[in-house]
Amino acid sequence: MSPRPVPAHPGRGVLPDLLRHNETYLAVLIVVLCAAITLANPAFLTYENITGFLKSYAMLGIMAVGALFVLVLSGSPDVSFTAIAQVVEYAVVVAAMRLGGNIFLALLFAAVLGMALGLVNGAIVHWFRVPTIIVTIATFNIYFGMLYVVTHGKLINSVPTLFRTFGNALILSRVSRIGATYGLSLMTLVWLVTAALGWFILARTSLGRSVFAIGGNEVAAERVGVAMLRTRLFVFGLVGFLSGVAAVVHVSIVQSVVPNIIVGKELDVIAAVVLGGASVFGGKGTILGSVLGVLLFAILNNGLTLLNFSSYWYNVTIGVVITVAITISAVQQLRRQRARVHVNVEP
Amino acid sequence: MAHEFLRLEKIHKSFAGVHALRGVDFSIQQGEIHCLVGENGSGKSTLIKIISGVLHPDSGRILVEGRAVASLGSAATMASGIQVIYQDLSLFPNLTVAENIAIAEVKERGRALVNWKEIRDIARAAMARIQVDLDLEVEVGELPIGKQQLVAICRALTSELKLLILDEPTSSLPKPDIDHLLAVVRDLQAHGIAVLFVSHKLNEVFEVAERITVLRDGERVATLPPGELDDDRLVGLMTGRTLSRTPFAFRDTAAPIVLEVRGLSKPNNFEDISFQLRAGEIVALIGLIGSGRTELALALFGISPAARGEIRVEGNPVPVRSVQEAVAAGIAYVPENRLVQGLVMKHSVEENLTAPVLDKLLGRLGLVDPVRKAALAREWIQTLGIKVADPAVPVQTLSGGNQQRVVIAKWLAADPRILILDGPTVGVDVMAKGAIHQYVRDLAARGMAVLLITDEIPEAVVNANRILIMRAGRIRREIDTVGLQVEEVQQLVEART
Repeated sequence: MSPRPVPAHPGRGVLPDLLRHNETYLAVLIVVLCAAITLANPAFLTYENITGFLKSYAMLGIMAVGALFVLVLSGSPDVSFTAIAQVVEYAVVVAAMRLGGNIFLALLFAAVLGMALGLVNGAIVHWFRVPTIIVTIATFNIYFGMLYVVTHGKLINSVPTLFRTFGNALILSRVSRIGATYGLSLMTLVWLVTAALGWFILARTSLGRSVFAIGGNEVAAERVGVAMLRTRLFVFGLVGFLSGVAAVVHVSIVQSVVPNIIVGKELDVIAAVVLGGASVFGGKGTILGSVLGVLLFAILNNGLTLLNFSSYWYNVTIGVVITVAITISAVQQLRRQRARVHVNVEP
Repeated sequence: MAHEFLRLEKIHKSFAGVHALRGVDFSIQQGEIHCLVGENGSGKSTLIKIISGVLHPDSGRILVEGRAVASLGSAATMASGIQVIYQDLSLFPNLTVAENIAIAEVKERGRALVNWKEIRDIARAAMARIQVDLDLEVEVGELPIGKQQLVAICRALTSELKLLILDEPTSSLPKPDIDHLLAVVRDLQAHGIAVLFVSHKLNEVFEVAERITVLRDGERVATLPPGELDDDRLVGLMTGRTLSRTPFAFRDTAAPIVLEVRGLSKPNNFEDISFQLRAGEIVALIGLIGSGRTELALALFGISPAARGEIRVEGNPVPVRSVQEAVAAGIAYVPENRLVQGLVMKHSVEENLTAPVLDKLLGRLGLVDPVRKAALAREWIQTLGIKVADPAVPVQTLSGGNQQRVVIAKWLAADPRILILDGPTVGVDVMAKGAIHQYVRDLAARGMAVLLITDEIPEAVVNANRILIMRAGRIRREIDTVGLQVEEVQQLVEART
């Protein structure tokens, strides 16, 4: 027996490694964008402004973590999580008004209700082998429709103070010249903690690796003994759980319930996650990417406002950014494939 | 004599009344390299599924290391050391080599948290057993197929492996990778691990297999050492028929000249090429890679046109500066590998047959007319003698030879006068090879002129009436194949001048 050398993978190093990752391009884009906006309006790069948009995008950020899990698992997006959040938001506020309680009970209630609604998606996807997007379009309509059937779309203008207290809580607060307090919002912290937990699950737990395995090759995952049902229920339960948390964060910030204000955001969330490098074929995506994706949207929105563009320009800009980003990653993919074909041809 | 590892006795299995296996006896020794062959539908995959515990036999006995087991459930199979590597390899393209190798073992150990060092250690240990060295951190999707196969084998080695079943392992591998794979298989054997190849591409496997079992229509027809089998005998056993090996004879020497090439040149590719093809002729064009034969074919088909010279079709000079002009002149070109890759395997026979000519099947609203489409498919199935019960079945369920007919049919949609076949039997199993040769002869008999480019001299000698030998860009010899010996041609091809 003689050793048969197999050449190691060529051309690896810090820089080539960085250039292979979507996150790098996204981070560079964010830095450039920040610099440009600051040049046009120095108010952008202030503690008050930055903590402001980090707070208002906390809900989308939390949802993006859940959306990432689903994309990695199935490559097909969940679109029902905004409807879940909408239902949970209404329910948790009504429950708090009738039963009282504190923010921890509210969060628990919201998370459990959201999880239950998410598990329904997971069960249907698993047992009936229906693509995620189809199942969640259906449940989106059921959840959102039922909300209107039950509430007749009635607004709730005043929510219990426990939400206000939670939403206004600050870390590292400062007082401005005109006497207003500002600082890093607890909502932002909830987003970051969610992201950190999401990272830990995906990178460091067996469950998280199972999500990647199923996303990479479902048939093979089943063959090597991945617990398919458990993993799917976990992911869809998690999406519901996070939608519940996001709903509490949202109502704590806006301090009113408008029963159609969250739905419609699901496409922004999915776009941010895809922008962050999650593959629409499943099996690929990172928490860092999803955080950066949401951050990019937040900065674009905030920057355009500071530069006095109408809010319609936000949609146009987002559209352009998504198109460019997806084109770039498609080109990268093609290049990689060509490189591989070349390797195959070698004798 | 080594001990028997696995023994199957009188295994029967039916699906909805169709007898997939009829009393099959089968055994594998410890550390034996065994090969299981048979046409599609012969029961190979059913047998594999019973051995791997995916299916349970209707009746019969299974013995593992001498002990009877009721049936092999998937878990029981793994516990007894049987692992299957399916043709699709069951790998995760998005995960690293290390994680792909270790995943089953880590699942087995029931870890809740991921220990990346443990994963790398498992992977290294498995690679060390068969002395391969892959970068652990590369994503498997970026590896060429040959290395992916090694990853799959390494994963099988993470458990207590006693029998490795490789399902069609060589069908998508280039030659050097096949050699490497076979060397790995010999290593496994040296470790006392038995290997069962399931294959219909036998040339390579013949080198290492100790016994070959042939299945036909759900029955075991023979188990023999490879020394007692040659291609003809094997085909006979697999199909129950014998293929005619009579040399191709071209009788109508007065048939009209369909293609005439005069002084065709392309600097650095070929020089001063002149030859003629008559209707009904099969002329082989042979030469080593770099002799200019493929370049000549590409020029005839207008893909990379010649610089000087003349091409006449049926006596009329035709400019062949593009593929469109070549097609219009009645020339068709089937490139190498197209026969293997030219089908959408999961689509139906009808879809595959009609795909190239859908634009000719449009109805009044500009939509494809399903009635005409079905009629056209039926017509071709009949004229080509494709054996299929229903045009709606997926192409992948057809036998190899029938699949090849479907592909050739696609290329004949334009009704050419001259057919250039570049390596039509490269990577094709013995069965399909015979079918393709017969089919090419049928085309010639209907008046088509065929230019057959091949690496296999025996193929040229038996199936063509003339051979053109190219070397260093020129046609050096033109020989009649009557009474010609393969060795003579070999020398002419390899001669240095």
